[in-house]
Amino acid sequence: MIRVENLVKRFGELTAVDNISFEVQRGEIFAFLGPNGAGKTTTIKMLTTLLQPTSGSLSLDGLDPTVHRDEVRKRFGVVFQDPSLDQDLTAWENMEIHGVLYGVPRKERRERAEVLLQMFELWERRDALVKTFSGGMRRRLEIARGLLHTPKVLFLDEPTLGLDPQSRNQMWTHVKNLNETDQVTVFLTTHYMDEADRVAHRIAVIDHGRVIAIGSSSELKEQTNTESLEDAFLALTGTSIRDESANAADGLRQIARMWRK
Amino acid sequence: MRVIYILWLREVKKYLRSRTQIIASLGSPIMYLGVLGFGLGPIFRKAGEGSYLQFMAPGVIGMTILFTSMFSGIALLWDRQFGFLKETLVAPVPRLWIMIGRTLGGATVAILQGTLIFVACFIAGFRPVSLAVIPLAFLFMALIAVVFAAFGTVIGSSLKDMQGFQLVMNFLVMPIFFLSGALYPLTNLPRVLAFLTRLDPLTYGVDGVRTVLTSRTQFGVGLDAVVLIGVAIALLSAGAWRFSKIEI
Repeated sequence: MIRVENLVKRFGELTAVDNISFEVQRGEIFAFLGPNGAGKTTTIKMLTTLLQPTSGSLSLDGLDPTVHRDEVRKRFGVVFQDPSLDQDLTAWENMEIHGVLYGVPRKERRERAEVLLQMFELWERRDALVKTFSGGMRRRLEIARGLLHTPKVLFLDEPTLGLDPQSRNQMWTHVKNLNETDQVTVFLTTHYMDEADRVAHRIAVIDHGRVIAIGSSSELKEQTNTESLEDAFLALTGTSIRDESANAADGLRQIARMWRK
Repeated sequence: MRVIYILWLREVKKYLRSRTQIIASLGSPIMYLGVLGFGLGPIFRKAGEGSYLQFMAPGVIGMTILFTSMFSGIALLWDRQFGFLKETLVAPVPRLWIMIGRTLGGATVAILQGTLIFVACFIAGFRPVSLAVIPLAFLFMALIAVVFAAFGTVIGSSLKDMQGFQLVMNFLVMPIFFLSGALYPLTNLPRVLAFLTRLDPLTYGVDGVRTVLTSRTQFGVGLDAVVLIGVAIALLSAGAWRFSKIEI
Protein backbone atom coordinates (compact mmCIF):
# COMPACT_ATOMS: atom_id res chain seq x y z
CA MET A 1 0.00 0.00 0.00
CA ILE A 2 2.84 2.34 0.88
CA ARG A 3 6.29 1.97 -0.57
CA VAL A 4 9.22 4.20 0.31
CA GLU A 5 12.60 3.79 -1.36
CA ASN A 6 15.81 5.61 -0.53
CA LEU A 7 13.90 8.60 0.75
CA VAL A 8 15.99 11.64 1.70
CA LYS A 9 14.88 15.03 3.00
CA ARG A 10 17.34 17.79 3.76
CA PHE A 11 16.62 21.17 5.27
CA GLY A 12 19.75 23.12 4.44
CA GLU A 13 22.51 21.49 6.47
CA LEU A 14 20.22 19.20 8.38
CA THR A 15 19.35 15.79 7.01
CA ALA A 16 16.00 15.01 8.61
CA VAL A 17 15.37 11.81 6.69
CA ASP A 18 18.44 9.93 5.58
CA ASN A 19 17.90 7.30 2.93
CA ILE A 20 15.07 5.27 4.37
CA SER A 21 13.17 2.44 2.70
CA PHE A 22 10.19 0.42 3.88
CA GLU A 23 6.90 -1.02 2.74
CA VAL A 24 3.48 -1.14 4.35
CA GLN A 25 1.05 -3.85 3.27
CA ARG A 26 -2.62 -3.32 2.57
CA GLY A 27 -4.66 -3.69 5.77
CA GLU A 28 -1.62 -3.47 8.00
CA ILE A 29 -1.15 -1.35 11.11
CA PHE A 30 2.36 -0.02 10.84
CA ALA A 31 4.06 1.98 13.58
CA PHE A 32 6.96 4.38 13.32
CA LEU A 33 8.83 4.63 16.61
CA GLY A 34 11.65 7.02 17.25
CA PRO A 35 13.00 9.66 19.63
CA ASN A 36 12.20 13.33 19.14
CA GLY A 37 13.57 14.70 15.90
CA ALA A 38 14.11 11.26 14.40
CA GLY A 39 12.29 12.17 11.19
CA LYS A 40 8.88 10.60 11.81
CA THR A 41 6.78 13.67 11.14
CA THR A 42 8.91 14.69 8.17
CA THR A 43 8.27 11.30 6.58
CA ILE A 44 4.53 11.64 7.14
CA LYS A 45 4.56 15.12 5.63
CA MET A 46 6.22 13.79 2.51
CA LEU A 47 3.77 10.90 2.22
CA THR A 48 0.84 13.30 2.68
CA THR A 49 2.04 15.69 -0.08
CA LEU A 50 2.90 18.54 2.27
CA LEU A 51 6.64 18.36 1.68
CA GLN A 52 8.69 17.51 -1.40
CA PRO A 53 11.39 14.90 -0.85
CA THR A 54 14.97 15.87 -1.67
CA SER A 55 15.45 12.51 -3.37
CA GLY A 56 14.09 8.98 -3.37
CA SER A 57 10.78 7.58 -4.42
CA LEU A 58 7.40 7.30 -2.73
CA SER A 59 4.25 5.52 -3.66
CA LEU A 60 0.86 5.25 -2.03
CA ASP A 61 -1.64 2.81 -3.50
CA GLY A 62 0.59 2.68 -6.56
CA LEU A 63 0.60 6.45 -7.06
CA ASP A 64 3.40 8.93 -6.54
CA PRO A 65 2.40 11.67 -4.02
CA THR A 66 4.74 14.16 -5.69
CA VAL A 67 3.07 13.69 -9.09
CA HIS A 68 -0.54 12.58 -8.62
CA ARG A 69 -1.09 14.86 -5.70
CA ASP A 70 -4.86 15.14 -5.67
CA GLU A 71 -5.40 11.45 -6.45
CA VAL A 72 -3.19 10.52 -3.53
CA ARG A 73 -4.92 13.02 -1.27
CA LYS A 74 -8.27 11.35 -1.85
CA ARG A 75 -6.79 8.06 -0.71
CA PHE A 76 -5.58 8.99 2.73
CA GLY A 77 -6.94 10.55 5.89
CA VAL A 78 -4.56 12.19 8.31
CA VAL A 79 -4.47 13.26 11.94
CA PHE A 80 -1.58 15.63 12.51
CA GLN A 81 0.44 16.13 15.63
CA ASP A 82 -0.89 19.68 16.02
CA PRO A 83 -4.65 20.10 16.01
CA SER A 84 -6.25 21.00 12.71
CA LEU A 85 -9.89 21.37 13.68
CA ASP A 86 -11.70 24.65 13.46
CA GLN A 87 -12.44 25.30 17.09
CA ASP A 88 -14.98 28.01 16.43
CA LEU A 89 -17.17 25.66 14.44
CA THR A 90 -19.24 22.73 15.64
CA ALA A 91 -18.25 19.09 15.21
CA TRP A 92 -20.87 18.74 12.51
CA GLU A 93 -19.64 21.79 10.60
CA ASN A 94 -16.08 20.49 10.69
CA MET A 95 -17.31 17.25 9.15
CA GLU A 96 -19.35 19.14 6.54
CA ILE A 97 -16.44 21.25 5.37
CA HIS A 98 -14.25 18.21 5.11
CA GLY A 99 -16.88 16.44 3.02
CA VAL A 100 -17.16 19.40 0.66
CA LEU A 101 -13.39 19.70 0.32
CA TYR A 102 -13.18 16.05 -0.65
CA GLY A 103 -16.15 16.24 -2.99
CA VAL A 104 -18.26 13.72 -1.09
CA PRO A 105 -21.86 14.02 -2.39
CA ARG A 106 -24.26 15.62 0.07
CA LYS A 107 -26.37 12.57 0.88
CA GLU A 108 -23.41 10.27 1.39
CA ARG A 109 -21.63 12.97 3.35
CA ARG A 110 -24.46 13.31 5.85
CA GLU A 111 -24.91 9.56 6.23
CA ARG A 112 -21.26 8.85 6.74
CA ALA A 113 -20.80 11.78 9.08
CA GLU A 114 -23.57 10.39 11.24
CA VAL A 115 -22.17 6.86 11.23
CA LEU A 116 -18.69 8.10 12.13
CA LEU A 117 -19.81 10.50 14.83
CA GLN A 118 -21.88 7.70 16.35
CA MET A 119 -18.94 5.35 16.16
CA PHE A 120 -16.60 7.80 17.87
CA GLU A 121 -19.26 8.66 20.44
CA LEU A 122 -19.59 12.28 19.44
CA TRP A 123 -23.05 12.24 17.91
CA GLU A 124 -24.75 13.77 20.96
CA ARG A 125 -22.27 16.65 20.88
CA ARG A 126 -22.36 17.29 17.14
CA ASP A 127 -23.79 20.79 17.49
CA ALA A 128 -21.39 21.91 20.21
CA LEU A 129 -18.43 24.12 19.33
CA VAL A 130 -15.17 22.19 19.15
CA LYS A 131 -13.53 24.55 21.63
CA THR A 132 -15.77 23.10 24.33
CA PHE A 133 -14.42 19.58 23.64
CA SER A 134 -11.86 17.74 25.76
CA GLY A 135 -8.54 16.67 24.24
CA GLY A 136 -9.77 13.12 23.74
CA MET A 137 -12.96 14.24 22.05
CA ARG A 138 -11.02 16.48 19.67
CA ARG A 139 -8.72 13.65 18.71
CA ARG A 140 -11.67 11.37 18.10
CA LEU A 141 -13.32 14.02 15.97
CA GLU A 142 -10.15 14.44 13.92
CA ILE A 143 -10.03 10.72 13.25
CA ALA A 144 -13.73 10.59 12.40
CA ARG A 145 -13.24 13.50 10.04
CA GLY A 146 -10.20 11.91 8.43
CA LEU A 147 -12.31 8.84 7.64
CA LEU A 148 -15.25 10.70 6.10
CA HIS A 149 -14.05 10.31 2.52
CA THR A 150 -13.42 6.56 3.03
CA PRO A 151 -9.64 6.70 2.68
CA LYS A 152 -7.58 3.58 2.15
CA VAL A 153 -4.80 4.75 4.43
CA LEU A 154 -5.06 6.55 7.74
CA PHE A 155 -2.01 8.48 8.98
CA LEU A 156 -1.89 9.15 12.70
CA ASP A 157 0.99 11.34 13.87
CA GLU A 158 1.24 10.96 17.64
CA PRO A 159 -2.53 10.90 17.98
CA THR A 160 -2.53 10.12 21.69
CA LEU A 161 -0.13 12.86 22.78
CA GLY A 162 -1.55 14.52 25.87
CA LEU A 163 -4.47 12.14 26.31
CA ASP A 164 -5.33 10.35 29.53
CA PRO A 165 -5.06 6.53 29.61
CA GLN A 166 -8.82 6.12 29.25
CA SER A 167 -8.98 8.20 26.08
CA ARG A 168 -5.91 6.51 24.68
CA ASN A 169 -7.31 3.10 25.31
CA GLN A 170 -10.64 3.98 23.77
CA MET A 171 -9.01 5.56 20.74
CA TRP A 172 -6.90 2.54 19.92
CA THR A 173 -9.91 0.26 20.31
CA HIS A 174 -11.66 2.34 17.67
CA VAL A 175 -8.66 2.31 15.37
CA LYS A 176 -8.23 -1.44 15.70
CA ASN A 177 -11.90 -2.03 14.95
CA LEU A 178 -11.70 0.14 11.89
CA ASN A 179 -8.67 -1.67 10.66
CA GLU A 180 -10.34 -5.04 11.14
CA THR A 181 -13.78 -4.22 9.74
CA ASP A 182 -12.92 -1.82 6.89
CA GLN A 183 -9.40 -3.00 6.10
CA VAL A 184 -8.07 0.52 6.47
CA THR A 185 -4.29 0.58 6.41
CA VAL A 186 -2.98 2.53 9.42
CA PHE A 187 0.36 4.30 9.57
CA LEU A 188 1.05 5.72 13.00
CA THR A 189 3.78 7.30 15.04
CA THR A 190 3.86 7.31 18.80
CA HIS A 191 6.11 7.72 21.81
CA TYR A 192 4.22 5.15 23.84
CA MET A 193 5.76 1.72 23.41
CA ASP A 194 2.83 -0.09 24.97
CA GLU A 195 0.54 1.34 22.31
CA ALA A 196 2.76 0.23 19.46
CA ASP A 197 3.11 -3.15 21.11
CA ARG A 198 -0.64 -3.51 21.39
CA VAL A 199 -1.91 -2.28 18.05
CA ALA A 200 0.86 -2.45 15.46
CA HIS A 201 1.43 -5.48 13.26
CA ARG A 202 4.86 -4.26 12.35
CA ILE A 203 7.12 -1.58 13.78
CA ALA A 204 9.95 0.42 12.28
CA VAL A 205 12.40 2.02 14.68
CA ILE A 206 13.80 5.22 13.27
CA ASP A 207 16.63 7.33 14.67
CA HIS A 208 18.66 10.20 13.24
CA GLY A 209 16.65 9.92 10.04
CA ARG A 210 17.46 6.24 9.45
CA VAL A 211 15.42 3.10 9.90
CA ILE A 212 17.51 1.02 12.27
CA ALA A 213 15.19 -1.94 12.76
CA ILE A 214 11.95 -3.17 11.32
CA GLY A 215 9.70 -6.08 12.20
CA SER A 216 6.95 -7.25 14.52
CA SER A 217 7.18 -6.49 18.21
CA SER A 218 8.36 -10.02 19.03
CA GLU A 219 10.96 -9.94 16.26
CA LEU A 220 12.38 -6.71 17.63
CA LYS A 221 12.56 -8.18 21.13
CA GLU A 222 14.23 -11.30 19.83
CA GLN A 223 16.70 -9.32 17.78
CA THR A 224 17.79 -7.30 20.81
CA ASN A 225 17.41 -10.03 23.42
CA THR A 226 15.04 -7.98 25.50
CA GLU A 227 11.84 -8.65 27.38
CA SER A 228 9.76 -5.65 26.42
CA LEU A 229 9.44 -3.41 23.41
CA GLU A 230 10.58 -0.49 25.52
CA ASP A 231 13.84 -2.25 26.34
CA ALA A 232 14.23 -3.23 22.71
CA PHE A 233 13.71 0.39 21.70
CA LEU A 234 16.29 1.65 24.18
CA ALA A 235 18.73 -1.03 23.11
CA LEU A 236 18.34 0.14 19.53
CA THR A 237 18.36 3.89 20.01
CA GLY A 238 20.50 4.29 23.13
CA THR A 239 19.59 6.08 26.33
CA SER A 240 20.84 9.58 25.58
CA ILE A 241 18.13 12.22 25.63
CA ARG A 242 17.47 14.19 22.44
CA ASP A 243 17.05 17.73 23.53
CA GLU A 244 14.78 19.66 21.29
CA SER A 245 14.31 22.62 23.60
CA ALA A 246 14.92 25.94 21.91
CA ASN A 247 18.00 27.97 22.78
CA ALA A 248 18.97 31.51 21.84
CA ALA A 249 20.49 30.33 18.57
CA ASP A 250 17.22 28.68 17.64
CA GLY A 251 15.40 31.91 18.32
CA LEU A 252 17.74 33.81 16.04
CA ARG A 253 17.48 31.10 13.45
CA GLN A 254 13.75 31.57 13.52
CA ILE A 255 14.02 35.29 12.93
CA ALA A 256 16.54 34.66 10.17
CA ARG A 257 14.18 32.19 8.60
CA MET A 258 11.44 34.74 8.67
CA TRP A 259 13.45 37.25 6.69
CA ARG A 260 14.85 34.82 4.21
CA LYS A 261 11.64 34.28 2.28
CA MET B 1 -17.11 26.83 -6.59
CA ARG B 2 -18.53 24.89 -3.64
CA VAL B 3 -15.12 24.81 -2.04
CA ILE B 4 -14.66 28.57 -2.35
CA TYR B 5 -18.15 29.11 -1.01
CA ILE B 6 -17.77 26.90 2.04
CA LEU B 7 -14.42 28.42 2.99
CA TRP B 8 -15.92 31.87 2.60
CA LEU B 9 -18.92 30.84 4.67
CA ARG B 10 -16.61 29.52 7.36
CA GLU B 11 -14.93 32.92 7.81
CA VAL B 12 -18.24 34.77 7.91
CA LYS B 13 -19.82 32.30 10.36
CA LYS B 14 -16.87 32.53 12.67
CA TYR B 15 -17.08 36.30 12.61
CA LEU B 16 -20.77 36.43 13.37
CA ARG B 17 -20.28 34.07 16.29
CA SER B 18 -17.48 36.02 17.95
CA ARG B 19 -19.56 38.71 19.63
CA THR B 20 -16.95 39.77 22.16
CA GLN B 21 -14.33 40.04 19.46
CA ILE B 22 -16.61 42.23 17.36
CA ILE B 23 -17.19 44.58 20.26
CA ALA B 24 -13.52 44.60 21.24
CA SER B 25 -12.40 45.49 17.74
CA LEU B 26 -14.80 48.42 17.61
CA GLY B 27 -12.94 49.98 20.52
CA SER B 28 -10.05 51.67 18.76
CA PRO B 29 -11.94 53.13 15.77
CA ILE B 30 -14.56 54.53 18.10
CA MET B 31 -11.83 56.04 20.23
CA TYR B 32 -10.26 57.69 17.20
CA LEU B 33 -13.63 58.95 16.17
CA GLY B 34 -14.60 60.21 19.61
CA VAL B 35 -11.32 61.56 20.95
CA LEU B 36 -9.63 62.81 17.79
CA GLY B 37 -12.84 63.66 16.00
CA PHE B 38 -14.10 65.92 18.72
CA GLY B 39 -10.70 66.81 20.19
CA LEU B 40 -9.15 68.17 16.99
CA GLY B 41 -12.48 69.42 15.65
CA PRO B 42 -12.15 73.04 16.84
CA ILE B 43 -8.61 73.49 15.43
CA PHE B 44 -9.57 71.94 12.12
CA ARG B 45 -12.50 74.30 11.85
CA LYS B 46 -10.31 77.30 12.74
CA ALA B 47 -7.95 76.32 9.95
CA GLY B 48 -10.85 76.72 7.59
CA GLU B 49 -11.16 73.04 6.71
CA GLY B 50 -14.74 72.57 7.92
CA SER B 51 -15.96 69.74 10.13
CA TYR B 52 -13.23 67.34 11.22
CA LEU B 53 -15.76 64.59 11.88
CA GLN B 54 -16.95 64.84 8.29
CA PHE B 55 -13.34 64.68 7.18
CA MET B 56 -12.09 61.80 9.31
CA ALA B 57 -15.11 59.46 9.29
CA PRO B 58 -14.16 57.92 5.89
CA GLY B 59 -10.61 57.57 7.24
CA VAL B 60 -11.76 55.68 10.30
CA ILE B 61 -13.93 53.43 8.16
CA GLY B 62 -10.88 52.76 5.97
CA MET B 63 -8.75 52.08 9.04
CA THR B 64 -11.22 49.55 10.37
CA ILE B 65 -11.24 47.70 7.07
CA LEU B 66 -7.45 47.85 6.87
CA PHE B 67 -6.95 46.32 10.30
CA THR B 68 -9.62 43.67 10.01
CA SER B 69 -8.64 42.43 6.58
CA MET B 70 -4.88 42.51 7.20
CA PHE B 71 -5.40 40.62 10.41
CA SER B 72 -7.48 37.91 8.79
CA GLY B 73 -4.72 37.33 6.25
CA ILE B 74 -1.91 37.30 8.77
CA ALA B 75 -3.89 34.82 10.88
CA LEU B 76 -2.83 32.32 8.22
CA LEU B 77 0.44 32.05 10.04
CA TRP B 78 -1.15 30.64 13.14
CA ASP B 79 -3.78 28.73 11.29
CA ARG B 80 -1.38 26.68 9.26
CA GLN B 81 0.49 25.33 12.26
CA PHE B 82 -2.20 25.03 14.90
CA GLY B 83 -5.36 25.36 12.97
CA PHE B 84 -7.64 24.44 10.24
CA LEU B 85 -5.44 25.48 7.34
CA LYS B 86 -3.45 22.25 7.33
CA GLU B 87 -6.67 20.35 6.87
CA THR B 88 -7.40 22.33 3.72
CA LEU B 89 -3.84 21.97 2.40
CA VAL B 90 -4.03 18.17 2.28
CA ALA B 91 -7.47 18.21 0.66
CA PRO B 92 -7.70 17.32 -3.04
CA VAL B 93 -8.51 20.86 -4.19
CA PRO B 94 -6.34 23.47 -5.91
CA ARG B 95 -4.65 25.82 -3.49
CA LEU B 96 -5.88 28.74 -5.53
CA TRP B 97 -9.47 28.01 -4.54
CA ILE B 98 -8.51 27.77 -0.91
CA MET B 99 -6.71 31.08 -1.12
CA ILE B 100 -9.63 32.76 -2.89
CA GLY B 101 -12.22 31.41 -0.45
CA ARG B 102 -10.21 32.49 2.52
CA THR B 103 -9.30 35.90 1.17
CA LEU B 104 -12.85 36.71 0.11
CA GLY B 105 -14.07 35.55 3.52
CA GLY B 106 -11.58 37.84 5.24
CA ALA B 107 -12.58 40.73 2.97
CA THR B 108 -16.27 40.16 3.68
CA VAL B 109 -15.66 40.20 7.41
CA ALA B 110 -13.75 43.46 7.01
CA ILE B 111 -16.63 45.02 5.07
CA LEU B 112 -19.08 43.96 7.79
CA GLN B 113 -16.82 45.49 10.40
CA GLY B 114 -16.51 48.66 8.29
CA THR B 115 -20.29 48.81 8.07
CA LEU B 116 -20.56 48.83 11.84
CA ILE B 117 -18.17 51.77 12.00
CA PHE B 118 -20.11 53.50 9.26
CA VAL B 119 -23.18 53.26 11.49
CA ALA B 120 -21.18 54.48 14.48
CA CYS B 121 -19.99 57.49 12.44
CA PHE B 122 -23.54 58.24 11.47
CA ILE B 123 -24.64 58.16 15.08
CA ALA B 124 -21.74 60.47 15.99
CA GLY B 125 -23.07 63.01 13.52
CA PHE B 126 -21.38 62.17 10.23
CA ARG B 127 -23.64 62.86 7.24
CA PRO B 128 -22.96 61.74 3.66
CA VAL B 129 -23.96 64.18 0.90
CA SER B 130 -26.91 61.95 0.04
CA LEU B 131 -28.12 58.43 0.75
CA ALA B 132 -27.84 57.52 -2.93
CA VAL B 133 -24.02 57.54 -2.78
CA ILE B 134 -23.83 54.84 -0.12
CA PRO B 135 -23.72 51.88 -2.54
CA LEU B 136 -20.78 53.48 -4.34
CA ALA B 137 -19.03 54.01 -1.00
CA PHE B 138 -19.45 50.30 -0.33
CA LEU B 139 -17.80 49.55 -3.62
CA PHE B 140 -14.71 51.43 -2.45
CA MET B 141 -14.88 49.78 0.95
CA ALA B 142 -14.96 46.40 -0.79
CA LEU B 143 -11.90 47.35 -2.86
CA ILE B 144 -9.98 48.35 0.26
CA ALA B 145 -10.99 45.07 1.91
CA VAL B 146 -9.84 42.93 -1.03
CA VAL B 147 -6.54 44.81 -1.38
CA PHE B 148 -5.59 44.32 2.25
CA ALA B 149 -7.00 40.82 2.69
CA ALA B 150 -4.79 39.82 -0.24
CA PHE B 151 -1.85 41.73 1.25
CA GLY B 152 -2.43 39.92 4.55
CA THR B 153 -2.41 36.61 2.69
CA VAL B 154 0.94 37.46 1.10
CA ILE B 155 2.42 38.27 4.50
CA GLY B 156 0.74 35.41 6.35
CA SER B 157 2.05 32.92 3.79
CA SER B 158 5.57 34.33 3.91
CA LEU B 159 6.18 34.66 7.64
CA LYS B 160 7.57 31.71 9.52
CA ASP B 161 6.79 32.52 13.12
CA MET B 162 4.71 34.66 15.41
CA GLN B 163 7.50 37.08 16.25
CA GLY B 164 7.17 38.48 12.76
CA PHE B 165 3.65 39.51 13.54
CA GLN B 166 4.69 42.43 15.77
CA LEU B 167 7.11 43.65 13.14
CA VAL B 168 4.40 43.64 10.53
CA MET B 169 2.00 45.51 12.79
CA ASN B 170 4.51 48.21 13.72
CA PHE B 171 6.39 48.64 10.47
CA LEU B 172 3.68 47.97 7.95
CA VAL B 173 0.11 48.22 9.18
CA MET B 174 0.55 51.32 11.32
CA PRO B 175 2.48 53.25 8.63
CA ILE B 176 -0.13 52.29 6.05
CA PHE B 177 -2.74 53.79 8.31
CA PHE B 178 -0.85 56.95 9.26
CA LEU B 179 0.29 57.68 5.71
CA SER B 180 -3.15 57.22 4.21
CA GLY B 181 -4.56 60.67 4.79
CA ALA B 182 -7.19 59.13 7.03
CA LEU B 183 -6.48 61.69 9.74
CA TYR B 184 -5.14 64.74 7.88
CA PRO B 185 -5.59 66.42 4.50
CA LEU B 186 -2.93 65.56 1.92
CA THR B 187 -2.56 69.12 0.69
CA ASN B 188 0.56 71.20 1.48
CA LEU B 189 2.49 68.30 2.98
CA PRO B 190 6.31 68.25 3.15
CA ARG B 191 7.70 66.66 -0.04
CA VAL B 192 8.85 63.37 1.48
CA LEU B 193 5.60 62.81 3.32
CA ALA B 194 3.57 63.72 0.24
CA PHE B 195 5.58 61.19 -1.75
CA LEU B 196 5.11 58.44 0.82
CA THR B 197 1.38 59.01 1.09
CA ARG B 198 1.07 58.47 -2.63
CA LEU B 199 2.73 55.07 -2.39
CA ASP B 200 0.15 53.90 0.13
CA PRO B 201 -2.80 52.05 -1.44
CA LEU B 202 -5.01 52.97 1.50
CA THR B 203 -4.61 56.64 0.50
CA TYR B 204 -6.60 55.96 -2.63
CA GLY B 205 -9.13 53.88 -0.74
CA VAL B 206 -9.78 56.56 1.84
CA ASP B 207 -9.88 59.21 -0.87
CA GLY B 208 -12.39 57.14 -2.82
CA VAL B 209 -14.72 56.68 0.15
CA ARG B 210 -14.29 60.33 1.14
CA THR B 211 -14.97 61.64 -2.35
CA VAL B 212 -18.11 59.57 -2.70
CA LEU B 213 -19.48 60.37 0.73
CA THR B 214 -18.46 64.00 1.23
CA SER B 215 -17.48 65.28 -2.24
CA ARG B 216 -14.09 66.33 -0.90
CA THR B 217 -11.46 64.80 -3.13
CA GLN B 218 -7.72 64.60 -3.67
CA PHE B 219 -7.28 62.44 -6.75
CA GLY B 220 -10.82 61.91 -8.06
CA VAL B 221 -12.74 58.64 -7.96
CA GLY B 222 -11.50 57.51 -11.37
CA LEU B 223 -7.84 57.44 -10.38
CA ASP B 224 -8.70 56.03 -6.96
CA ALA B 225 -10.60 53.12 -8.49
CA VAL B 226 -7.93 52.38 -11.11
CA VAL B 227 -5.13 52.32 -8.54
CA LEU B 228 -7.09 50.12 -6.14
CA ILE B 229 -8.12 47.63 -8.81
CA GLY B 230 -4.54 47.46 -10.11
CA VAL B 231 -3.10 46.91 -6.64
CA ALA B 232 -5.80 44.33 -5.85
CA ILE B 233 -4.93 42.30 -8.94
CA ALA B 234 -1.22 42.49 -8.19
CA LEU B 235 -1.64 41.48 -4.55
CA LEU B 236 -4.11 38.69 -5.30
CA SER B 237 -1.64 37.22 -7.77
CA ALA B 238 1.20 37.57 -5.28
CA GLY B 239 -1.00 36.03 -2.60
CA ALA B 240 -1.91 33.08 -4.80
CA TRP B 241 1.75 32.54 -5.58
CA ARG B 242 2.95 32.79 -1.97
CA PHE B 243 0.08 30.61 -0.82
CA SER B 244 0.97 27.92 -3.32
CA LYS B 245 4.47 27.87 -1.84
CA ILE B 246 3.46 27.25 1.77
CA GLU B 247 5.25 24.30 3.25
CA ILE B 248 4.38 23.20 6.71
